[in-house]
Amino acid sequence: MGEVIYSAKPLWAVLVSMGAAFLILLTGEKARNLRESWTILAALIKFGLVFSLIKPVLAGKTIEYTLITLLPGVALQFRVDAFGLLFGVVAATLWIPTSFYSIGYVRTLNEHGQSRYFFSFAMCLSAAIGVAFAGNLLTLLIFYEILTIATWPLVIHHEDTSAIAGGRKYLVYTLTAGCILLLAIGITYSLAGTLDFVGGGFLAGHGSPGLLILLLTLFIAGFGVKAGIMPFHEWLPSAMVAPTPVSALLHAVAVVKAGVFGCVRVILFVFGPELLQQLGVWTILAGVVAFTVVAAGLLALGQDHLKRRLAFSTINNLALIILGVSLLSKNAMTGGILHIANHAFMKITLFFCAGAIYAKTHKDHVSQLDGLGRQMPFTFAAFAIASMGLCGLPPVNGFISKWFLCLGAVETHQIVFLFVILTSAMLDVAFFFPIIYNGFFKKPLPDVAGKVDEAPLLMVLPLCFTALFSVVFGIFPNAFLNFFNIVRLAVTNVLGG
Amino acid sequence: MSDQLPALIIVAPLLGAFLTPIIGWWNRHLSHPWVLMVLTIPLYAAYSSLFKVIKNGPFGYNLGGWAPPWGIEYRIDYLSAMMLVLITTIGFLAAINAKSAGNTEFKGKEAQFYTLFLLQITGFLGIVITGDLFNVFVFLEISSLSGYGLIAHGEEGAPMATFNYIIIGTIGASFYLLGVGYLYMATGSLNIADLATLLPALYHSKMVLVGFAFFTTGVAIKMGLFPLHIWMPDAYTTAPNSVSTLIAPLMTKVAAYLLIRILFTLFKPDFALSVVPIATILGWLAVAAIVVGGVKALAQTDIKRMVTYIMVAEVGYIVMGISVMNRAGLTGAILHIINDACMLLCLFLVIGAISFKGHGREIYHFQNLNKKMPLTMAAFVIVALSMCGIPPACGFFSKWYLIMGTIVAKQWVFTATLLASSLINAVLFFRIIEKAYLAPPEDVAAGLDHTEAVIITRDKVPLTMIVPILISAAIILILGPLSGKIIETVIQHAVPAIF
Repeated sequence: MGEVIYSAKPLWAVLVSMGAAFLILLTGEKARNLRESWTILAALIKFGLVFSLIKPVLAGKTIEYTLITLLPGVALQFRVDAFGLLFGVVAATLWIPTSFYSIGYVRTLNEHGQSRYFFSFAMCLSAAIGVAFAGNLLTLLIFYEILTIATWPLVIHHEDTSAIAGGRKYLVYTLTAGCILLLAIGITYSLAGTLDFVGGGFLAGHGSPGLLILLLTLFIAGFGVKAGIMPFHEWLPSAMVAPTPVSALLHAVAVVKAGVFGCVRVILFVFGPELLQQLGVWTILAGVVAFTVVAAGLLALGQDHLKRRLAFSTINNLALIILGVSLLSKNAMTGGILHIANHAFMKITLFFCAGAIYAKTHKDHVSQLDGLGRQMPFTFAAFAIASMGLCGLPPVNGFISKWFLCLGAVETHQIVFLFVILTSAMLDVAFFFPIIYNGFFKKPLPDVAGKVDEAPLLMVLPLCFTALFSVVFGIFPNAFLNFFNIVRLAVTNVLGG
Repeated sequence: MSDQLPALIIVAPLLGAFLTPIIGWWNRHLSHPWVLMVLTIPLYAAYSSLFKVIKNGPFGYNLGGWAPPWGIEYRIDYLSAMMLVLITTIGFLAAINAKSAGNTEFKGKEAQFYTLFLLQITGFLGIVITGDLFNVFVFLEISSLSGYGLIAHGEEGAPMATFNYIIIGTIGASFYLLGVGYLYMATGSLNIADLATLLPALYHSKMVLVGFAFFTTGVAIKMGLFPLHIWMPDAYTTAPNSVSTLIAPLMTKVAAYLLIRILFTLFKPDFALSVVPIATILGWLAVAAIVVGGVKALAQTDIKRMVTYIMVAEVGYIVMGISVMNRAGLTGAILHIINDACMLLCLFLVIGAISFKGHGREIYHFQNLNKKMPLTMAAFVIVALSMCGIPPACGFFSKWYLIMGTIVAKQWVFTATLLASSLINAVLFFRIIEKAYLAPPEDVAAGLDHTEAVIITRDKVPLTMIVPILISAAIILILGPLSGKIIETVIQHAVPAIF
């Protein structure tokens, strides 16, 4: 896989927000502005570090850094390849608008426990970058578990009964998943004696087919919990009790994508397409996620709570990504992996909008939004753009990834999956467009202000920013961050040639 | 001087113990600094022994210049050097902590307390260092008797708990002694290394088999292996906090060390592999211990009692690692001896600090405790995460090896038990963390701001308590990433080559 550069940059990218987390805790509530500047500073530095890795990776190099040996043959090791970089770039980039947005959100709502909030947020980002850059399964698991724990204080942030219940549910699901993963990784290690990710997989030739199928099931069950694959999705709608910026970055980008990331790592870099073809299980896997795609879309229709509706849409899209990857064809893979980035930009916009609406008007149900578009035109415009993207309408970036997904489904001669993807797009229309319609065209409810009265600028600007970039990336997929090239390279790393 | 290191490890605390009453009689406030001073000697000697072993390999020391197998030999190899470091480190931290806790719990009897305290540590060190079976018994009795004395001084119910402990503990010690007797009858030797060469010819002798049975049962009692654990929860719950901090982390670990010695040094591994089905028996007892310990812990509302039941389960972990009879499993067991000792130390220190500040030990007493004792609770969170096996805390790594051991042995029930147990631990600890960190539900329902709801004053935990707590929490975090290094330099040499 080309030249290897040894550099501590990946480590610094992980550590910078961990360091910031402790500075945040030390600074505390007394010096709010100083505390927030740690967050912003860390976000910018982290972005700079991750951004500087794009060029060498696109030149075909891998960046490696080994910290210490954990077990014979397995080290605490970072190795940045194209796929890991994609997730890293997405998380690091989106942390910047989320930081500004968070500040606006918690101050508008005068939330309690802000130090704890920003501390946990920074820890989560640290762990997410660790997941992205992990060079082997054990390193991945370590950061994955840190991510699990660091998210918990954010889920229970409101400390009321439903938040605590949501937090408990979250812990039960994710900690159980962690145990399953530990088992799966243990079995992998005893079979292969290594845990390092290899494009195209390293498990071929080890173990009996039966054991390998069991192993795949364990892995998918383990990572699938965070990725919201049905029937393991229940925690995600419940976790919507968290403050909205948390739902935005963690339950649309960092945490759930870490689950998806893990699934893709296992499918492409542990098992590999060839082995999965041999085992013949990819159709079953694709079937399971295809079911999730459609079922989540149907369930979203029935949600009146805006964030819960978005949560089901997230489940739907996450499953779509895994579906693309498990189809194992080049275009489907490209579409699936690209959707990790594209979905992130669109979904974070939607959550930002939901949060802005809530912070301004304390409304959080779809049925309460009639005519609100007149009061908050920017917010609703951004919402409209992002939801159009999720439906797969050009020129928003969702179109590109869905296009590749459809191509891939055709390539594999599995027309069923093509229908699944198209049905899901129809369902997206069905549950998103009523919101836009209500907002802009319905008769305003009595409490809607007649003039433009938006949420604070610190909230509106980030959401316009992410909506804008959803469009920019739809027209120029390679703009600024080179997403499309990175994805192409990641797919080449797996399939060769 | 450096040749006499092994002797110093025992002689310093033993002599120190005898001098403590005199010092205390002269001025009782001097006994604490005196104990700390005495303990630095074995601490230093243990660390330098460990480095010596890492550098030059195992070495022996003939006490009084008498050559083995007639004289008593102190034998320092990788495993015992590691145990010496563990015991002296934990002993030292517990001794620092004893200033505030011990001086209140043993008010007016500081000299007696510190004498027993030093004897206790001497006993532990002796069991580990000696290469003579009968000498092990002597030190076992030293540690047990001083332990009875210390525990009996605890809260209400302690005398009764101690009485139970004395009865069962003495049975355990007698069993051990009987085992020594049988082996002596069969071979005429008491030196472990000597016995190890004499015994293989006699593996099928009834006398040796009976001796082995007495040994393992006696040790199982001392380490509180299910179903012989019944004395443990009561004794450690009612013991004074300054005492449980020392004894609870170490007693079970030293006994586990003894079990490893008996199974893999005194008898060769093929004895357990082919002669007696001890591995199977121990394995299933370990499963029972983990399940029963976990379930019983769930039923407790007193955190100290809860931790003692967790100890029952943790002993199960170690025994399970031993019982799978492979490299990964035994590595995990030895690693868990270290990790679990540090975790229990931290837990008992935290509990000690909480009680010292007058807070109750029931779970509902933990309400708002993070605002009252933020540092203590931060340490508690770290140890809790370690107990649940969350990386990078050390608990994750020993669990990883234990699970690897059960996978290699294809003992899937064992694997499932270990995994389920970490989930039980998560429930156990998160219900406390929730209590400590979250506002009371009725305040939230009433819409009270969390800071307004209760006016909370921060407790001032004395420096001699908070420093050991923070050090032990830091150790838990540092040991995890270092496990690879520890295994490489120490533990892999302690595992029999046959695995």
